[in-house]
Amino acid sequence: MDDQFLFSNNVIGLKEIANEKYCLTFKKQFGYKAGQVVQLTCNRSIEPRLYSLCSGEFDQQMEILFDLKLGGELTPKLVELNPGDRLYVSHPYGQFLRPTPEKMWWIATGTGIAPFRSMMRSGYEADKILHGARLEEQFYFSDEFKTAFGEKYVRCNSSTNEVGDFQGRVTNYIESVKSLPKDIKYYLCGRSMMVVEVRDLLIARGVPFENILSEIFF
Amino acid sequence: MFLNEYNESQEYNYIKIKCEMTNLSSNISKTEKTPLFGKTLSELSEIVAELKLPGFTAKQIASWLYNKEIESIDEMTNLSKKTREILSEKYCVGLSKPVKVQVSTDGTKKYLFATQHGKYIETAMIPDKERITVCVSSQVGCKMGCLFCMTGKQGFNGQLTSGEIINQLRMIDEFKSITNIVYMGMGEPFDNLDQVLKSINILTSDWGYAMSPRRITVSSIGIIPSLKRFLVESNCNVAISLHTPFENEREKLMPVQLAYPIEKVVAEIRSFDFDNQRKLSFEYIVFGGFNDTPAHVKELARLLNGVKSHINLIRFHPIPGTPLNKTNEKRLLEFKEELNKKGLLTTIRASRGQDIYAACGLLSTKGITTEA
Repeated sequence: MDDQFLFSNNVIGLKEIANEKYCLTFKKQFGYKAGQVVQLTCNRSIEPRLYSLCSGEFDQQMEILFDLKLGGELTPKLVELNPGDRLYVSHPYGQFLRPTPEKMWWIATGTGIAPFRSMMRSGYEADKILHGARLEEQFYFSDEFKTAFGEKYVRCNSSTNEVGDFQGRVTNYIESVKSLPKDIKYYLCGRSMMVVEVRDLLIARGVPFENILSEIFF
Repeated sequence: MFLNEYNESQEYNYIKIKCEMTNLSSNISKTEKTPLFGKTLSELSEIVAELKLPGFTAKQIASWLYNKEIESIDEMTNLSKKTREILSEKYCVGLSKPVKVQVSTDGTKKYLFATQHGKYIETAMIPDKERITVCVSSQVGCKMGCLFCMTGKQGFNGQLTSGEIINQLRMIDEFKSITNIVYMGMGEPFDNLDQVLKSINILTSDWGYAMSPRRITVSSIGIIPSLKRFLVESNCNVAISLHTPFENEREKLMPVQLAYPIEKVVAEIRSFDFDNQRKLSFEYIVFGGFNDTPAHVKELARLLNGVKSHINLIRFHPIPGTPLNKTNEKRLLEFKEELNKKGLLTTIRASRGQDIYAACGLLSTKGITTEA
């Protein structure tokens, strides 16, 4: 199967879940694994972009979470889509999640939470889910994570003082943990700077780099 | 110990640069005019049409920009005064001199350039007998987050324009003697492919610098859609950052592996019809005890079986906080021989400019970028 071949698809729904952050749902044409990505565009003349699926393996539709890039080529057009409109989507591919017996920590900032939502909705469990953001509305799918993981889900809030949130960035949270587990798998997703910082910090705290898997936005 | 020395020395360089920069703001192009340097002939034709100038003016401008060493529109003396005035209203040539040059004991030079947006990039010039190779940057920083690379540690700070890419060649002392260009500086060229292709168009066109594409190598970690486009739209050589043939190791070194596995990158390359002159190489940084074992030799032979290519073994230059180690010279030579015995043409790339942090994987303007 050519990962880059784009199949015609249709929009099921589009919802703005926070300022300039949208969930786009579309027909499920193929089965997929949690953590996989698709290439997607709404017009064959616009280069497709890579998005992590945020829907679960058993969901009846596929879903992505995206950030409106004002001045960008694709996302300003995606936010104008209506149910039934044409999309072009590749076969899901990639393998972020490696089902292994080891426990997992999931660490994300911003829309980097998308693959972890897919994992959660697919029945995978993490010992800790760290989500970093600056504003309350940027903790996407917060209710779902709270319901599924309770206190294992930690919102690292770097600006506002929301009751129950950890005050600080995800790196501050990791620094605050006295004994970091070394023999588990750490999954990181977000902007490259966050991923690099967290990875360096984990390595400095004695986590073998072989236990760190990263997905970077590009 | 080596890392401590690195930190202190690098810090020292940043302080020096910061001090020097206080007097260098005039070198940072803050003009609101649009630079002409870096425009292709077709873009110049559009500009000329928009300004209602004669069509042939585009070729004249291209000739001034790329065949003559002018730095201002006023120097384009075969254009009428009126034409130069019209052009100057909205446009400038847009060249930018290096703001700092460091020279290695081995003759390698590292140039620091300011971008139009007040950020900084590095360029390495590597002399070797008759060859002058220039290693250009294609982005400010990098998004790819490879575990072994200093540039990745500064994150992504912006794309370079084609003009800013070529400026790194045009404005160095060795400009007239350049024999080879490698896109192996800061950034991932295939993540800025439009501007990289534009720069190559200018470098290789008759109306531009008329260089042979065989003297240009673009290195990538293997973003497959861009690789496909690059292979079709350019005739330049390609270098793919491989670093280990094993999927479960590569994904720990290079997050891109999760989206574009090396098996699929090689499969894409196999499906493309390379001619006899276009060179394909694989870059392989050798990490002691990690990717230099007999199992790696065997797997590389399987992965690259039948792919006409060359493997470049690169000595690892440790960066702060890295969990990876250098391999020893004896093992490096053995590894090379073992690969050659398997029929994989393999050489060891000389490390150059290590004392000025111009060597592979060491380019970074993090301290400068955040100050700027």
